[in-house]
Amino acid sequence: MKKVRLATVWLDGCSGCHMSLLDIDEAIVAIAKRVDVVYGPLVDAQEFPKAVDVTLIEGAVSSQDDLEKVHTIRRWSKLVVALGDCAVTGNVPAMRNSHPARKMLERIYVEGAQATKGVPVDGVPALLRQAVPVHEVIKVDLYIPGCPPTPAAIAYALGELVEGRMPELASKVKFG
Amino acid sequence: MPENISIRIDGEYVPAQDGQTILEVARAGNKYIPTLCWLAGISSVGACRLCIVEVSGVGRLLPACTTPVQDGMSVTTNSEKLTQYRRIAIEFLFSERNHRCAVCVSNNHCELQSMAQRLGVTSVRYPYAYPKLAVDLSHPRFVLDHNRCILCTRCVRVCTEVEGAHVWDVSSRGIRSMIVCDMNRPWAQSSSCTNCGKCVQVCPTGALAEKGFAVDEMVKQDRNVSRLTARRGGHS
Repeated sequence: MKKVRLATVWLDGCSGCHMSLLDIDEAIVAIAKRVDVVYGPLVDAQEFPKAVDVTLIEGAVSSQDDLEKVHTIRRWSKLVVALGDCAVTGNVPAMRNSHPARKMLERIYVEGAQATKGVPVDGVPALLRQAVPVHEVIKVDLYIPGCPPTPAAIAYALGELVEGRMPELASKVKFG
Repeated sequence: MPENISIRIDGEYVPAQDGQTILEVARAGNKYIPTLCWLAGISSVGACRLCIVEVSGVGRLLPACTTPVQDGMSVTTNSEKLTQYRRIAIEFLFSERNHRCAVCVSNNHCELQSMAQRLGVTSVRYPYAYPKLAVDLSHPRFVLDHNRCILCTRCVRVCTEVEGAHVWDVSSRGIRSMIVCDMNRPWAQSSSCTNCGKCVQVCPTGALAEKGFAVDEMVKQDRNVSRLTARRGGHS
C-alpha cells in the first residue's frame, strides 16, 4: 500500500503537541507503518518537500519566517491540519497581541536584560505585528484543539487520515 | 393558581403552567436546552443566546430562558440551524476577549469551555479581537479578569438579587461593555461589597476567581447559590 507522505511543522509553540504526537503509545507502530515522515523536527529534511499528503502544524503564525512557511506548506500539502491550541486559536503566543511587538521585545531584551541589552536582530526572523492562528493566514482542513491535544485525539485523527478518511473530532476535543 | 396549559416540545406534549418560561418547562420535562448565562435561583436575562429555540409560527429564534409559554405552543429545541447559531454564539464569545484555556484558573471547570466542546466547536471562524483589558487585583481575596469575561451578568444579578449589595453593573454598550464595580472603581475600594464571594462562585469562566489558585484549580460552587435561593423560596 502506498504510504502517506506526512510532514509536521513547529511554528510558535512549545513542542508539546509534538510530544503528545510521540505519546500515542503502541498506536505509533501502526501509524509509522503507514506514513513516510518527509519533513519536521523529527527528521532531517532541510526544505519543505513538494507533494505532501498531510501536514500537521503546531504553533501560531508569529514571525515573517512562519508566514513564509505556512504559504509553502499550503502550496505543497493536500491536507493541512492545525494541531493544538496555538495553531487553532493563537493561545499563549497570542497573549502578546494586545501590546505592540516592539514594546514587548524592549521590555524583555532591554529593560529585563542583565548583561547584554538590545533586541536581537541578526539571524532571527522579524516578529509579525500579532501572532495569529494558522487559519487566519491559509486554509486549514482540520482542527485538533487542545493544549496539548490528547494522545487519544491525535492517534484517532492520524488513524483516520492514513485510511483516507476525514476524522470527526467534534466533542472529542476541547480547547485548553 | 396559575392556569395549566399544554405545549409541545420536540413533538411531545408536556404539561406547563401559565407564567413559566420555555426553559423551565423543558427542564421539568427533562429536555436539554444549552444555557450559559442562565442560573437556577437568579433572574433570566437572555444574554448569551445559547438557549435559542424555534417556535412554530414565529419567524425568529427565541431565547428559551426569557420566553413565556403559551397554550398550544410548539417548540423545537434541537436542529441543525439551532446548533449552527449556538456555535456562532460561542465563537463570538471566544473572539471578543482573550480566552486562553490552557493557562486559565478555570481550565477544565469552565462552562464556556465545556459548552464549546459539547457543541463541537473546534475552531473560531471569526478573527480574534485581542482587546487590551485590565485585570483588577485590588481585592485581597478575589480577582476580576476582564479578558475572560463573557458578560453573562450572573455576578450582577446574584449580587443584587441574592446578596442585596448591588456591587456590579455593566458600563458602556456593545463591544465596549464592561463589568464595573461601584460606579467603576477598583474592587478593593468598593463601599458596598460584603466580600461574600457569590459573584465568584457563579461566574461561569475564570473572569472572577479566588486568589491563590493556579491553572485548573478554580472549581466554582454555583449550586450553593441555587440551593440558598430555593430555601428562601425565590426563583426556581
